[in-house]
Amino acid sequence: MIFQPAIIALLLASALCVLALAASAPFAVEVIRRWDIKSGSERQLQLERRTYLFSTLLTFVLGLQLAAVLLFVFNAEKMSGMFVGAMCAVGTLNVNALGFPALNAKIAVFFLAAIWLAINHVDCRARDYPLVRMKYALLLALAPLLAASAWIELQYFLGLKADVITSCCGSLFSEGSPTLAAEASSLAPVPAMWLFYGSLGAAIALAAWHGHGGGRSRAAAYFLAGASALAFAATIAGILSFVSLYIYEHPHHHCPFCVLKPEYGYQGYWLYVPLFGATAAGLAAGAVQPFARIESLRGIVAGFSRRLAAIAANGFALTAAIATAMIWQSRLILLEH
Amino acid sequence: MIELHSIRKAFNQGHDNEYWALDGIDLHIEAKKVTALRGPSGSGKTTLLTIVGCLSRPTEGRVRLLGEDISGLPERFLTEIRRRRFGFIFQQFNLIRGLAALDNIILPAYPTGRPRRELLDRAEELLAGLKLGHRRHAKVEWLSGGEQQRVAICRALINDPEVLIADEPTANLDTHLAGEFMGILEGLAAQGRTILLTSHDPLVVESAVVQRVVDMRDGKLLSSPR
Amino acid sequence: MKLWLAKQRYLIDFTLASLARRKARNLGLLFVYIVLVFMLASVTLYTHALRQEAARVLAASPEVILQRMVAGRHDLIPPGYQERIGRIRGVQKVEGRLWGYYYDAVTKANYTFMVPAENAPAAGEIIVGPALERARGLAKNNGISFRSYSGKLHTFIVAEVLPQASELVSADLVLMSEASFRAFFDYPAGHYTDIALSVANPLEVRNVAVKLAAALPDARPILRDEVLRTYASIFDWREGIVLALLSAAILAFGILAWEKASGLSAEEKREIGILKAIGWETGDVIKMKFWEGLLISLTAFLIGFVAAYVHVFHFSASLFEPVLKGWAVLYPRFQLTPHIDGVQVATLFFFTVVPYAAAVLVPIWKAAITDPDSVMRS
Repeated sequence: MIFQPAIIALLLASALCVLALAASAPFAVEVIRRWDIKSGSERQLQLERRTYLFSTLLTFVLGLQLAAVLLFVFNAEKMSGMFVGAMCAVGTLNVNALGFPALNAKIAVFFLAAIWLAINHVDCRARDYPLVRMKYALLLALAPLLAASAWIELQYFLGLKADVITSCCGSLFSEGSPTLAAEASSLAPVPAMWLFYGSLGAAIALAAWHGHGGGRSRAAAYFLAGASALAFAATIAGILSFVSLYIYEHPHHHCPFCVLKPEYGYQGYWLYVPLFGATAAGLAAGAVQPFARIESLRGIVAGFSRRLAAIAANGFALTAAIATAMIWQSRLILLEH
Repeated sequence: MIELHSIRKAFNQGHDNEYWALDGIDLHIEAKKVTALRGPSGSGKTTLLTIVGCLSRPTEGRVRLLGEDISGLPERFLTEIRRRRFGFIFQQFNLIRGLAALDNIILPAYPTGRPRRELLDRAEELLAGLKLGHRRHAKVEWLSGGEQQRVAICRALINDPEVLIADEPTANLDTHLAGEFMGILEGLAAQGRTILLTSHDPLVVESAVVQRVVDMRDGKLLSSPR
Repeated sequence: MKLWLAKQRYLIDFTLASLARRKARNLGLLFVYIVLVFMLASVTLYTHALRQEAARVLAASPEVILQRMVAGRHDLIPPGYQERIGRIRGVQKVEGRLWGYYYDAVTKANYTFMVPAENAPAAGEIIVGPALERARGLAKNNGISFRSYSGKLHTFIVAEVLPQASELVSADLVLMSEASFRAFFDYPAGHYTDIALSVANPLEVRNVAVKLAAALPDARPILRDEVLRTYASIFDWREGIVLALLSAAILAFGILAWEKASGLSAEEKREIGILKAIGWETGDVIKMKFWEGLLISLTAFLIGFVAAYVHVFHFSASLFEPVLKGWAVLYPRFQLTPHIDGVQVATLFFFTVVPYAAAVLVPIWKAAITDPDSVMRS
């Protein structure tokens, strides 16, 4: 393992998240077993008050996960100098087999936490808290996922070894160490462009359709969630395949991370922040939909779902617009007009 | 307006020192009337007040507000109802020290997010109505007892509630100030607000403003309406 | 949305007023918080600046340096050695270099004597670094004598003083002509200290090194990138160690924050009770407290970070120097080039704000669930 501040910070953050969820698990079990909304007993009051703690905790975990994803990528970028052949974050993440799984797990936990908070949000608006049991069962399910994500991250960091000069045998040290792939493989630009604009367009259209129906159409919400997931994947693929090339103005530099660097004016954030926000909103719109069946939630789910659809539509539109603007301004010519 | 059915309220439930502060209350509080709860300390009148005012929930029994059952509502929604429909005047006034009179008055409206200008205008209007306009920027700890109570009344009115709840409003006032308070109360009743108060001060319960007195002892109601 | 914003503004207003009312109580925690940020920020800024400095030193150095090894020790390059390298594809230039160390008994410090590849001074003249200028009170056209290892006294005229820009690189440098160098050290003719190779394409460097190692089994090629990597990980490691040591301080701070947040004064408890009674929701109180924590954190972070910046870049990190620098004795006055790095700031944030947030989370919740009827019961 490389003993390094950012790594320690990331591990610390993961440990905190796992600890927070682990410590709250017994209380979640108690909520599931003892919850009785009809009762006016002091115990019920205590359980109700405890739900505030869980909402706060999960918000904390969500925020921390988001910050951790950023720091994780940031740090991978910075450490690339330490590994032979690693030119940027992709290289660092490829140092061992767990780099990308660790990043993906982090992103997955972020989306799951966002979905949980969305369900929590609608539940808290209904006067009978109809989803309490299910919510806390989900929380218990989230805990092991979070722990797994932390474990993968730990293993990844433990497996990192810098190629350094050792004093004994001199210089050709890291003999025969395979050169790491500094570039991610990518799709050809033309199909990637079709996929990119097509999926974003589909997600926006579905979000508009869902929103237009006042958030009441269940099918539209499920399609929107699916389209959001697809758009997320397609956008990442598109960034890899052609957007990054335009930003770097270099026909072979496929990297989803370098765009976050100051050299490129932190342009990546303009792409990723709306994309992550929109995807989370789109997924959440689908995730809350099954509960529209419950009497007390019907109006709440519809209203909230509509708002999520609006966020998703705007976010995806912004992503597409920003990517297009970046391509427009680029001096690189990839496709002959 | 507010109906209570066999309300019971326990404290320290399940422990050795468990006791029932309210034990089977049935009461109907009528709209636009001034009702007083009278009884010795420990009779449960303040506990009853907290249940009517959505500050706490009954352990057993039902509370109906305008026909809607609110006894099983989680705190989150009770708070919403409380903020919108009830204004409170506490025995100790319970103003926040270090804040000016105006800032204290607009506090209950913060969670509503109403524009500040609108709130301040309303607060000024209320203060002027109680002849306290000149003290609006004074910190509340510099105010006299009577002034503090008037600030507390303004605070209770900032969200324009239908129901006013006052707990022992004259306990910390001398006779003169208590008389003034009753004058203010009369004005509020005339505006058509429902008022519920607890008191064992004859000046209050025997005043003409109070239309109905309910006697309490040991967590139970004693009399039928006067 | 507008309503939500207005509400947050009210909460911030209230918490600001409430913080102002409890200055003394909050100042203590704020002070400790600032000190913590200051310490951690000093460490990270300092090591990062050193790393940058090292990178700058090395940026000017050749891609590959070839040393000859005898019995595992660095030895002189004999005549004819350079020719044996022959032509390797990708190598632009092969140069023998001459440099060595000289211990000056007057200043009790080591200087680096060197023959520059270009613009070497005329025989009998030297160019000195700024540290030497200070230590020996030299100026342009002054003369200075050094007693060589053979015992002879050599006098040189100072032709020029190197600019201050990057003192760390040039502070102890003494540049002279090849003839002066060989005469001063009695350096055998035709021998060199090592060989520098310039390689234009970074991807070729490794192949060049492999070919060199094959052609000259007694040679050791040192790649610039490897040196850079080694420096980087040494500094990271040191920084990590210091942070690990300081983790005790972070923990103590977390406990203090927990203590402060859970030990609400009677007055504060009463206030929260009042707020809840008059219509504030538990969530509103939590949000209000969240803003309070955020304001404290940002204030502490900003003040601590700025203080650390001043400490490191204007006072040369006088508090930490002995622990972290440890690679030279001479330079008492070198100034680091200011540099702030996003990862550093983000990491620092994780080390300070996150523990604080985690520590106050539960106490905040505990305070927020105060019974709304508590004000009536007292």
